[in-house]
Amino acid sequence: MSIFHHPGDEFLFDYATGALGEAWGLAIATHLALCPACRKAVADMEGVGGRLLEDATPDPIGDDVLSRVFEQIDSPHAPEVLQSTATPLSTEQPVLPEPLRGYAGGDVNALRWQRLGFGASQFLIPTGENRVSARLLRIPAGRPVPTHSHGGLELTLVVAGAFSDSTGYYGRGDLQEADSHLQHQPHATDEEDCICLAVTDAPLRFKSLAARIVQPFLGI
Amino acid sequence: MNALIANVALHQDRASFEQIFKHFAPRVKAFVLGQITHPQMAEEIVQETFVNVWRKAKLFDSEKAAASTWIFTIARNLRIDHLRKENRPEPDINDPAFMPDPEPMAFDLISHSQDAARLNRSIEGLPEEQKEVLRLAFFADKSHPEVAEALKIPLGTVKSRIRLAISRLRTELEGMA
Ligand SMILES: [Zn+2]
Repeated sequence: MSIFHHPGDEFLFDYATGALGEAWGLAIATHLALCPACRKAVADMEGVGGRLLEDATPDPIGDDVLSRVFEQIDSPHAPEVLQSTATPLSTEQPVLPEPLRGYAGGDVNALRWQRLGFGASQFLIPTGENRVSARLLRIPAGRPVPTHSHGGLELTLVVAGAFSDSTGYYGRGDLQEADSHLQHQPHATDEEDCICLAVTDAPLRFKSLAARIVQPFLGI
Repeated sequence: MNALIANVALHQDRASFEQIFKHFAPRVKAFVLGQITHPQMAEEIVQETFVNVWRKAKLFDSEKAAASTWIFTIARNLRIDHLRKENRPEPDINDPAFMPDPEPMAFDLISHSQDAARLNRSIEGLPEEQKEVLRLAFFADKSHPEVAEALKIPLGTVKSRIRLAISRLRTELEGMA
């Protein structure tokens, strides 16, 4: 598998420092699960954080802190560190990688998809971030999504199938960044349904006339 | 430092743990105070960080990261938890859908052990204005726009300083400098 579209360094950097919000972070972390190259980039950035920690001017710390650490370690209710949070599953390769599968509550076939019109369906994913929404979108093979532009920022990560638009071809693991300048008409490719994670901080703006024109064609 | 963490992981050795604590706890506190001004809350996060260092010592992989980097990531995640009440989404290497790293080549194995030293030299060599932006981003948990606001400089300038710093560090890490 080769990934051609990676998140910009800005997203990787804010993810590494911890400044990136949870919903955006979900798209980045899921890309990282599929992309060793970006994992390496984030690890290098975290190395900068480690270096800065090493160089920090130490701030005196109360003597009692260490004893409280030992107290907590010795407490009989100390939870064991979990090796893995992956939900147990069959030997079959899941479509949704962690952490996305955990956030969604299961793999694609276990989810209760909501019909959207256009032949597409969606599944909303709750995160701790209120102003930003995360959802899975499922576009039937060969179908377009009506032309739309974005009121804000949108990250789209493909997890199954592929889509293409004027900016290129996006397959599993590819991530598209769209802002208010991009007006595009993504089109799922013919082989299989395209499933992607879409994270956005503003509602999509459909060009209503265009949407009305393509609706009959989409079979709604 | 790696040997001390290994002692904690394998033998639950408290003397080694105390040495790790003595070195890093005051630094973690400084890191946390970059954003949390309440000293008591800062010390709580320091406390939790080291409880995690103790419990997760077995998961520390000195091939993958320096001790300081590992401790930074633990403190960073706890700070996110405390301040924003958010979780931090992370990949899981035990997930069957996880795409493993390509087999390391001999070249990579050599460079791994030199990464930390090289990174050290390269950060020192950065211009002060780039270091300042890095410190704000990592210590004050500030996103690109927030760094711009804090320094009263345009967002584009923040982006380019971070981009320059990161690309320079990356070039040096890749041994192409
Ligand atoms: Zn990538």
